[in-house]
Amino acid sequence: MSLLTPTPQVCSWTQALDKPASLETYVANGGYQALRRIVTEKVPGDDIIAELKTSALRGRGGAGFPTGLKWSFMPRAFPGDKYIVCNSDEGEPGTFKDRDILRYNPHQLIEGMAIAGYVLGARVGYNYIHGEIFEVYESFERALQEARAAGFLGDELFGTDFSFQLHAHHGYGAYICGEETALLESIEGKKGQPRFKPPFPASFGLYGKPTTINNTETLASVPWIVQHGGQAFLELGKPNNGGSKLFSVSGHVNRPGNYEVPLGTPFSELLEMAGGVRNGHKLKAVIPGGSSAPVLPGEIMMDCTMDFDSIARAGSMLGSGALIVMDETVCMVRALERLSYFYHEESCGQCTPCREGTGWMYRIIHRIEHGQGRAEDLELLNSVAGNIGGHTICALGDAAAMPVQSFLKHFGGEFAYHVEHKRCMV
Amino acid sequence: MLSKESLALIDAEIAKYPAEQKQSAVMGALRIAQTEQGWLKPELIEFVAAYLEMPAIAAYEVATFYNMYDTQPVGRHKITVCTNLPCALMGANEIAEHLKQKLGIGFGETTEDGRFTLKEGECMGACGDAPMCLHNNHKMHTRLTPEKLDELLDGLE
Repeated sequence: MSLLTPTPQVCSWTQALDKPASLETYVANGGYQALRRIVTEKVPGDDIIAELKTSALRGRGGAGFPTGLKWSFMPRAFPGDKYIVCNSDEGEPGTFKDRDILRYNPHQLIEGMAIAGYVLGARVGYNYIHGEIFEVYESFERALQEARAAGFLGDELFGTDFSFQLHAHHGYGAYICGEETALLESIEGKKGQPRFKPPFPASFGLYGKPTTINNTETLASVPWIVQHGGQAFLELGKPNNGGSKLFSVSGHVNRPGNYEVPLGTPFSELLEMAGGVRNGHKLKAVIPGGSSAPVLPGEIMMDCTMDFDSIARAGSMLGSGALIVMDETVCMVRALERLSYFYHEESCGQCTPCREGTGWMYRIIHRIEHGQGRAEDLELLNSVAGNIGGHTICALGDAAAMPVQSFLKHFGGEFAYHVEHKRCMV
Repeated sequence: MLSKESLALIDAEIAKYPAEQKQSAVMGALRIAQTEQGWLKPELIEFVAAYLEMPAIAAYEVATFYNMYDTQPVGRHKITVCTNLPCALMGANEIAEHLKQKLGIGFGETTEDGRFTLKEGECMGACGDAPMCLHNNHKMHTRLTPEKLDELLDGLE
């Protein structure tokens, strides 16, 4: 495996090699060639953005926004400071793919960020890493040192006038900082409370300067696309869903872990790669895109392919590509209770509907789970969820509401049984 | 208030950001201060704020917003267990119960000898390796079993 052959292991190819994270391994297999070529040949940034648009690379952090389009929003000709920021604040329950990129292929991310710096006119970048994976933050700092020493980061790279500095910044326990404007506030040394948009970061970002923020996997895919072209990346996946994607599979499977497969791969194949449902149990439900994505019953998932459009048609979101698999032993009331506690705990407190509503929803689900549910509770839950969604500055409110609404939609009978019989039916 | 080594580490954090943006180093600086002293007492937060030339209240806001900072004393060993849904599906509640039994304390409590504090954590971004815990914020232990936990606890003073 190497970066020189267009395999579907876009981000995970180094894992088949000795010392996967080392600079030596990366360079020996084609690493930093794409950066060197565009910088020394002075390839116009517009050409790279055109390749990204052709590739149909969509943001891997959760929103699935087309990356080429996002880059085109940046005022590249603006003469002042501009920034490229990587969002490695991976804390969406079920998601653990960026951690593996940072652990096993940090240089592909560094190269991707340097390419972004070149294209977008940013001379400084920051990679914001989830605080709980502090050892990974430390190993990424070491990778940065290696890249600086080898002349892939720093002043006047490859003897040209292009300079790019890259630094790591760590979080310290706040889910909300995965929201891009909260993340910017956090880099500025403040509480991570999201900003009202507009203005968007492309015009008013870090320190008020034009800023582009992309997910780790998104930026790590860029060197592959520059190396092999947008068309090759598109052809790995399917139209409007270019490339491969890392899927994090957790919960009731025999082999939890990350699997990088082409977008459009049937869910059933992915489940099989993860060893199938544990103990031969029956599949009950899957949350297909991180805990904020609406839950889907197992039988609906078995008809889905793993891409943005298929999962959206089924009524959920591909999100971050994190699949939380639940077998027939799971009590859906208890599962939702835990998720709702999480959103209540992590609400930043800025917007009233989210701050108050997440606690309200948690308390209702808690009493249903503990045999004190009331007949009107299911309607009340839907009403509270409906009054949070769309009424907050950032998407955490929607993220808290969607699980509630989808659990009730698909598994409402279990909730009604809990209310009526004061106990679980599972 | 902080050792020379810690101040040098904080200086390295400051150097990452534009000269007029020292406040950006506050997250790293508070982490370094906490690592040296165990927890962030108000005087320590004020010291860090003064060092970064920012208002003390702004540093205090950061210390209380992010949940890995401890603004109350904790035991020598803080064990944080993620119990979020993916971890719970993979046995985190059993691991948490084992810890509570073994240490005789609940979440948010410290053993009388000041040795252990137990905390409930939120998603650590490593769900594939569940169940897991963090030891003193920075060391992650994954794929825990009661036996692995016993071994871990017994090895801590």
